[in-house]
Amino acid sequence: MSVTEHAGASGDDAPVLEISGLRLSYYTRAGEIPAVMDFDLTVRKGESVGLVGESGCGKSTVANGIMRYMGRNGGIVGGSIRFKGRDMSEFSEEEIRRIRGRDIAMIYQEPMASLNPSMTIARQLTEVPMVHEGVSEEEARRRAREMLEAVHIPDPNRLMASYPHQVSGGQQQRVVIAMALLSRPALLLLDEPTTALDVTVEAGIVELIAELSKEAGTSLLYISHNLGLMLEVCDRICVMYSGEVVEEGHIDSIFSWPKHPYTHGLFGCIPLPHADKNARPLVAIPGQLPLPHQRPTGCYFGPRCSFFEPGRCDGDLVAMESVHTDDDPAHRVRCLRWNEIDHDAAVRVEETREPVSVGETVLEVDNMRKYYEVRETSLAALVSRGSPRQVKANEQISFRAGEGETVAIVGESGCGKSTFAKVLMGLETATEGEVRLDGTDLGSIPVKQRTPEQLASLQMVFQNPNDTLNPSHSVGAQIARVIRRFGIESEPARVQQQVFRLLDTVKLPRDFASRKPRQLSGGQKQRIGIARAFAGNPKTVIADEPISALDVSVAAAVTELLMDIQREHRTTLLFISHDLSAVRYLSDRVVVMYLGQIMERGSTEEVFAPPYHPYTEALLSAVPIADPEVEKRRIVLEGNLPSPLDPPKGCPFSTRCPRRLGSICDTDPPPVQMNADRHAIACHIPLEELRLVEPVITIPERDALPAGEGATG
Amino acid sequence: MLNLVLRRLGTMVLIMLVVALLLFLINEGDPRLIARSVLGPYAQDEQLDAWIMQHGYDRSLFVRYFEWISRVLTGDLGDSIIYKRPVNEIFWDRLGNTAILAGVTFLVMVVVALVLGVLAGMKEGSTQDRVISVFSIATTSVPEYASAVILAGVFVYWLAVLPGTSSMTGGFSVVELILPVLVLTLYGFGYIARMTRASMAEVMTTPYIRTAVLKGLPYRHIIMKHALRNALIAPFTVIMLQINWLLSGVVVTEFAFGYKGFGALLLEAALRRDIFLIEACGLAAVFVAVFTQTVGDLGYTYLNPRIRFK
Ligand SMILES: Nc1ncnc2c1ncn2[C@@H]1O[C@H](COP(=O)(O)OP(=O)(O)O)[C@@H](O)[C@H]1O
Ligand code: SF4
Ligand code: SF4
Ligand SMILES: [Mg+2]
Repeated sequence: MSVTEHAGASGDDAPVLEISGLRLSYYTRAGEIPAVMDFDLTVRKGESVGLVGESGCGKSTVANGIMRYMGRNGGIVGGSIRFKGRDMSEFSEEEIRRIRGRDIAMIYQEPMASLNPSMTIARQLTEVPMVHEGVSEEEARRRAREMLEAVHIPDPNRLMASYPHQVSGGQQQRVVIAMALLSRPALLLLDEPTTALDVTVEAGIVELIAELSKEAGTSLLYISHNLGLMLEVCDRICVMYSGEVVEEGHIDSIFSWPKHPYTHGLFGCIPLPHADKNARPLVAIPGQLPLPHQRPTGCYFGPRCSFFEPGRCDGDLVAMESVHTDDDPAHRVRCLRWNEIDHDAAVRVEETREPVSVGETVLEVDNMRKYYEVRETSLAALVSRGSPRQVKANEQISFRAGEGETVAIVGESGCGKSTFAKVLMGLETATEGEVRLDGTDLGSIPVKQRTPEQLASLQMVFQNPNDTLNPSHSVGAQIARVIRRFGIESEPARVQQQVFRLLDTVKLPRDFASRKPRQLSGGQKQRIGIARAFAGNPKTVIADEPISALDVSVAAAVTELLMDIQREHRTTLLFISHDLSAVRYLSDRVVVMYLGQIMERGSTEEVFAPPYHPYTEALLSAVPIADPEVEKRRIVLEGNLPSPLDPPKGCPFSTRCPRRLGSICDTDPPPVQMNADRHAIACHIPLEELRLVEPVITIPERDALPAGEGATG
Repeated sequence: MLNLVLRRLGTMVLIMLVVALLLFLINEGDPRLIARSVLGPYAQDEQLDAWIMQHGYDRSLFVRYFEWISRVLTGDLGDSIIYKRPVNEIFWDRLGNTAILAGVTFLVMVVVALVLGVLAGMKEGSTQDRVISVFSIATTSVPEYASAVILAGVFVYWLAVLPGTSSMTGGFSVVELILPVLVLTLYGFGYIARMTRASMAEVMTTPYIRTAVLKGLPYRHIIMKHALRNALIAPFTVIMLQINWLLSGVVVTEFAFGYKGFGALLLEAALRRDIFLIEACGLAAVFVAVFTQTVGDLGYTYLNPRIRFK
């Protein structure tokens, strides 16, 4: 146990961390950058507090400030941080060092990068108690092993001998958590700890963090941009905007009665279960987060706020005020007009949209397979001359998509989604089967042999626009190049006209044509990616995780943009994603894949309601939903995705399936059962039984709200 | 790993055989030239022919190549023309002298370079870093013949604390070794030092060092246990290549200080067309080059577990 002696306050209710009036700045050539202004936060023993906000609002800076790890150019300008009653500014470097890792531990987003690549996991774990508590190596190893068991690592001994790159991402994050908890810290700071992980893995990690911190009475400061996660982990939540807290309170109070227009805006950006792309579309927050040294006077949110009142909101700095809702007497908000605004009335102002009617079949995939051969390079393999092994990246993929239809392909990373996209794009050719676009089989035509029309009719939007934008050319030139290549226009003036038209379509100012990619924000780059994909009036667009790297508000804007263009052009959209909330919101049909095979496919309503395939059921349960009224059954998948080199013989999901029947699942491939016309489930469990399964998510009736009326129009 | 070692060694043998063939073709391709360099410029044609017949140089190149290779492999390097003695008797001595010079230089250079590089890279942008960086660039830009003259000027003529030649006529002498080592080190360490500095500076900004700091490990522990190994992976290859560079630097320096080493011998043999001596020296030089390259690659792989466990 770590004991830090401290004067005065003690007992269970004493705050572990008390931050008041904290101001943190970075110093750059451009001058002082006041990243965090007047920040207050209290974390009590055993409490878990969430910190949300758009990226760049200063969340990580706060965490680093607490750790006093601000890099060479950062520093604390004002205010105080008290840890267990003691002012940390009085601590010497040596005292700070002894607190780090022992009393306060920190976990980051990238588990792989956080672990030292050239040290075994055992050494990275054991050094913590050895340094902080001076225990012997055997004792340290014993504790490390115990802690690995506590974070549910199946084979701690083997893992301890491994190097970080030898274990999966989920296990790496478990190791990082074990490392942070080894000294039983009083406070754990988590900076987006699961953002880089798959939903199913995330669900396991989140549950683990909650379980362990409850057990040890550890306080948590949980940083995330995912409001749904907050709801699952936190007791209280602070919403941060441009370096300060704009609203804080008990989680129920904030989720049920958000008072600040920014908090409201955040909720409007996320696809909650009752959002609907036609009746209740997402509403992005207009504008962008101001840079720390370019904040407006008065309320920092003013320029983006639809309730802005000139002469009032742009006057003095706005102070925090108590709100006293029914749920939480400590609910506070930083807005001058919080009790004048009627959010429910405001919500209805947004426009509704006509549903898109689905036309004839455009894309038809029929029994498509893609096998990769992997050759072994070891001497033994060269000598024995064994036949090369096969990775079955895609196995018997069949589905159809109509004109104007959105089909989502979901599954964990490594399930074959991207291979499928590559075959469609012609970057790989199908091993077997057909992929017909408007009647032509494209599956066997590599991209180099496709005609310009074929290329133009099938385009792709990528997850990370940086990967496909050339940094040294203006974005206008890059769009123009696509226009010429597809033979849309060739005369320079008309090409230019077309570029402008596309920029209009993606709602960017025309003078952006002359900008270089580095002069654009992430969301703007993604818009350029979309403009390029739509340059040749494509029939079908594949969007591979187009919004998963974007901030909530930007993601909402890009999602809506994509839907608008699709509506206008009646494009078939293949939406590849692991985010089931987004999938539910925007797709008409869903294809669930696991280890290269389709587990379930059907319309969105069919897939999101029983009968479920057991894998779909688990995926649905893993998605955090930012609505306290939604009830969810918890199913946490154990284990990792099996290696595609050595897949299970029978049902691919049999190694992790919570509903596994028995040996039949291990030995026999499951039959494809048709529940309705185009709703197929591949499982040994009879449909009648699957139909009896309770819904994973229960959404309360919403007709009490005025929202319900508009939706039926 | 074992796999890789075997493959690497295989490649190495292959390269040696090819290089040996080239050496052989250049030196022994034309039998008359050999006869000429053995018998001297005044020998008559018949004498040359007789010598060629007598020593079997009329046989095919192929046969002679394999005969030569098998002789070399059994340790017979032939006779030196200048010294009129078996190459073996002169060669190993000289090689040994150079090994001493190169070995001492190498040790001093690597230690100095790594220490300075790590000190500089540890705190990028600090005064400590800037002083070291400027110094290492400055020394590298002075070629070794120039620094040989300058250093000799200072220590031999002005301060008169060191001898000006290093011929070791009175037996092995550490004092005579100082100047050549100094010259070689000054010229060579900067490159490794800058490489180490860059590598170290990069490692210090990685998330895993942040993790180590936030685990509350003492600074020394972070540098020694977490940063060093990762920071040394990149310079390791450079260090190994530096051995090759040392070989060429050695020729100039040995010559400048009259040091009786392999470099001076190679120079002499080449100038006087002493065929078997050239061949021996050539083989040795190439062997060192190929060997260090191989060790460099293997060491890199070994240090970097991400490659090792592929
Ligand atoms: N090392 C740094 N030097 C200068 N500015 C920085 C530095 N780190 C962060 N900032 C700036 O501080 C602000 C807050 O950043 P950060 O704390 O990373 O936000 P978040 O974690 O909420 O995304 C941003 O405007 C960012 O550009
Ligand atoms: S103070 Fe004014 S501008 Fe700021 S959030 Fe409130 S209403 Fe909007
Ligand atoms: S076939 Fe068996 S293992 Fe596969 S999903 Fe169905 S119950 Fe689970
Ligand atoms: Mg951050």
